[in-house]
Amino acid sequence: MYQMTIAELAAGLKSGQFSSEELTQSYLQRIKQYDPELNSYITVLEEQALAQAKAADQRLASGTAGPLTGIPLAQKDIFCTNGVKTSCGSKMLDNFISPYDATVIEKFNAAGAVMLGKTNMDEFAMGSSNETSFYGAVKNPWNTKAVPGGSSGGSAAAVAARLAAAATGTDTGGSIRQPAALCGITGIKPTYGRVSRYGMIAFASSLDQAGTMTQTAEDSALMLQVMAGFDERDSTCLDKAVPDYTANLNDDIKGLKIGLPKEYFAEGLDSDLAKVVEAAIDEYKKLGAEVVEISLPNSALSVPAYYVVAPAECSSNLSRFDGVRFGHRCDDPQDLEDLYKRSRGEGFGSEVKRRIMIGTYALSAGYYDAYYLKAQKVRQLISDDFKQAFKDVDVIMAPTTPTVAFNIGEKADDPITMYLSDINTIAVNLAGLPGMSIPAGFSKEMPVGLQIIGNYFDEARLLNVAHQYQTVTDWHRRMPEQFA
Amino acid sequence: MEWETVIGLEIHTQLATNSKIFSGASTAYGAEANTQACAVDLGLPGVLPVLNREVVNMAIKFGLAIDAELTPVSVFARKNYFYPDLPKGYQISQYELPIVGLGKLEIELENGETKIIGVTRAHLEEDAGKSVHEGFTNMTGIDLNRAGTPLLEIVSEPDLRSAKEAVAYMKKMHSLVRYLEISDGNMQEGSFRCDANVSVRPKGQKEFGTRAELKNINSFRFVERAINFEVERQIDVIEGGGKVVQETRLYDANKDETRSMRSKEEAMDYRYFPDPDLLPVVITEKQIDDIRKTLPELPGAKRDRFMNDFKLSREDASLITSSREMADYFEVVNAKCQDAKLAANWVTGTLTGALNKDGKDLSDSPVSADMLAGMLLRLKDNTISGKIAKEIFEAMWQGEGDADTIIDKKGLKQITDTGAIESVLDEIIAANPKQVEELKSGKDKLMGFFVGQVMKQTGGKANPGQVNQLLRKKLDL
Amino acid sequence: MSLDSDDVKRIAHLARLAIDEQDISTYATNLSNILGLVEQMSAVDTDQVSPMAHPLDEVQRLRTDAVTEQNQREHYQSIAPQVEEGHYLVPRVIE
Repeated sequence: MYQMTIAELAAGLKSGQFSSEELTQSYLQRIKQYDPELNSYITVLEEQALAQAKAADQRLASGTAGPLTGIPLAQKDIFCTNGVKTSCGSKMLDNFISPYDATVIEKFNAAGAVMLGKTNMDEFAMGSSNETSFYGAVKNPWNTKAVPGGSSGGSAAAVAARLAAAATGTDTGGSIRQPAALCGITGIKPTYGRVSRYGMIAFASSLDQAGTMTQTAEDSALMLQVMAGFDERDSTCLDKAVPDYTANLNDDIKGLKIGLPKEYFAEGLDSDLAKVVEAAIDEYKKLGAEVVEISLPNSALSVPAYYVVAPAECSSNLSRFDGVRFGHRCDDPQDLEDLYKRSRGEGFGSEVKRRIMIGTYALSAGYYDAYYLKAQKVRQLISDDFKQAFKDVDVIMAPTTPTVAFNIGEKADDPITMYLSDINTIAVNLAGLPGMSIPAGFSKEMPVGLQIIGNYFDEARLLNVAHQYQTVTDWHRRMPEQFA
Repeated sequence: MEWETVIGLEIHTQLATNSKIFSGASTAYGAEANTQACAVDLGLPGVLPVLNREVVNMAIKFGLAIDAELTPVSVFARKNYFYPDLPKGYQISQYELPIVGLGKLEIELENGETKIIGVTRAHLEEDAGKSVHEGFTNMTGIDLNRAGTPLLEIVSEPDLRSAKEAVAYMKKMHSLVRYLEISDGNMQEGSFRCDANVSVRPKGQKEFGTRAELKNINSFRFVERAINFEVERQIDVIEGGGKVVQETRLYDANKDETRSMRSKEEAMDYRYFPDPDLLPVVITEKQIDDIRKTLPELPGAKRDRFMNDFKLSREDASLITSSREMADYFEVVNAKCQDAKLAANWVTGTLTGALNKDGKDLSDSPVSADMLAGMLLRLKDNTISGKIAKEIFEAMWQGEGDADTIIDKKGLKQITDTGAIESVLDEIIAANPKQVEELKSGKDKLMGFFVGQVMKQTGGKANPGQVNQLLRKKLDL
Repeated sequence: MSLDSDDVKRIAHLARLAIDEQDISTYATNLSNILGLVEQMSAVDTDQVSPMAHPLDEVQRLRTDAVTEQNQREHYQSIAPQVEEGHYLVPRVIE
């Protein structure tokens, strides 16, 4: 059963081939067997999951089931889950039992999905390798010496090793697409404002967006259908009708105009990986797409701009972790300042501290214009590049990452090298556009991701384009043998 | 040397909404600690703010009332600092683009002249919680009920030149927000409080002196005292050869002094930036027009109307229109008794005196406008005398019913029956032959003696004018 | 911009972060390197560009002024480090 996609599992549940309880049991069994090696979960919710599964079985029996009813999913530990530890990968929240549900969690609950557990992640979603987690590094199921990517590394590894039917992720600078690419699965980061951020612990509010991590584009469509939509509790969530994401999956893509930004195929791109991506593009040509070279001239500035905007927002967003109302509090504070400094000093790891300090500095008196304001202007230029490009093309394609998964520890001590591993994904967040990564083959026996970037609110087209590729390839069905 | 004082006020007024500026928690005052602090107010991880429509409407209303430029696209920004009553570690406020831009307010000076005070801006922000220092051993308790209560911060230009002007401005602003019904203005509960930026400079100098910011002053009396103390202090510093340092000072009402706030001495770096959780606030012409239609008559316009239509003196008109409640009360009384001068005298005199004495607000007055008007009608139609009217007012104040009831019950009706007064007069004339002679021989001021005697005998119920007339007739004067 | 140890201490104080003395020089190096990366932005002229605060060109939605939240104090305070009589406790603050 574990090899099945959501769509296949839903059919199995509906036909009575197996029950949600059986299905949930089998995933829980696999988690017990394999996760000690992978470390993809922070919390496994055995009892709760089985209770949800039983409820789902009743709903299936009563004929009121939806496509996700009874499907065992993993939730990134960034989403607040009522009564369940929500750590965000941090010691700061190791003792935090969320008193409420995120909107996304409410929606999955309403859909009757089963929550197997909460997945590991880089601390407060700050990282590209899942090594900054307080709960330890996650291993890449394709090679357990390699990183799974980050920050949604736990979700990516869990789906790749089939320890959940699918998972949620969040993407601030590539945190869905990069781990999806490195773990050989499908992931979509929707347009900023498509999915509610309420209850999703904020890293950088103007960049964060929740999305899906699945085996297939079809599964992503099914998941996104549940997640997307207006939420009156999030001012940045748009009141805009959600299309039926599965309706156009099978449309052919003859005449689709694909733009290939030359800046993404330049220096720094691994040549073997580039060949895999080119082969994928050739596949699209065979499907009838037209390919043109485009330019996104300010691409090189996306990492610099991002490392001002994201830390600035995070420095403010993380001020609420002060040891007063929830979370870690130091022992025997001498005075208020001691309470703040030690609680935060002990609760946050070094990458989080680095970003808080960069952001604090960038916003401080005398530096605001040179850093923050400048970054906002560069952000505008980057966004304008995409607007220009989408006048001529329907989608943009590029490698999701410049290299395949690197080894654990390889970049951990060098923040800059680590930051540059997100070079292909960050611009999309700055612009607020939707982006996907789909499995496109292998390089050096490790998965390669093809990134597909769409225009604002064009998720249905992205899913269609991804699905068409998946009807003629089977990279997305491959799984690491060690966990089969 | 002669010194000139320069003052600018920052008034924080809580807006009278049902729910908070960014959450659906109640803003009611006085609830048990933290029972009105919801997930958003507590700054729990993952929560987000959504702006209250009424808060925007109230700010627009205020802007229209002070003739201000309204900002078509205003922006909320985060003001970052750590303090336990600030749950998120930042206050959502407005910085570069406040919703209300440059406006003005006219105040009246003691010499009767008026002065225009510039209002630099007014911006929306969230209030902080409260720190409770008593009752916890070596700890401070934090109550976040107030956190997220909407505030309008009204910043004046440094146009005020004395503590008295500052008080006049603050009172005028207080009156205005209550007229507009955007704030209850309750100063005891902290709904209306101010910070004062105070500096001094040699008279004639153009540049401003170094200013001190006096924090959190919550009564008109304290504003005056705090500023006066601070002005003296600064002059003493300068005349003693020292320099005023720019700092935040706290006014201690018990000691009647200001002192430096050490905790705030460290230079603040608030790291303002646009709040990414909120989008730009756009106000449309239509919205402004709709709100303009709901604007009540403002104090200045009302004062002018009272002067023109009712021929009230400027002083009376200003006094009566200083609060909307008093103006409304006056209008009801006047409409019924049709004597503006009489109504004004009673409202500003006896009524205000009684309210002050009992420490009551007009809204709690035991004598309603209808009751007062009813009594004044009896005064006008000579049913009672002015002296009796005071007595009846007192009885009404004590809850003994309306004027007619009291007049009946106590038999206070003025004696207008000529025969009854004449017989009293006859007795008095007979008993005072010497005074009669003197009066007849031209000592006119003895009239008062006779009238007084009649009033005494009738318990004040005779009409003095009528007594006068009858006496003259009887003695052929 | 290169940051020295004093800069790091000042920023850490502003951000209320306790940093071990022995780690300060590493932070100074890392933060300086990050700022070096960030300063690549100066290569582009942005004088005529308006800053972009938000990815979407949308305006703030307004909420009806209604009380929708009920008292959940016990629930919320069950996860608090230290409370007494309904108050969150912090070391005594002197004003």
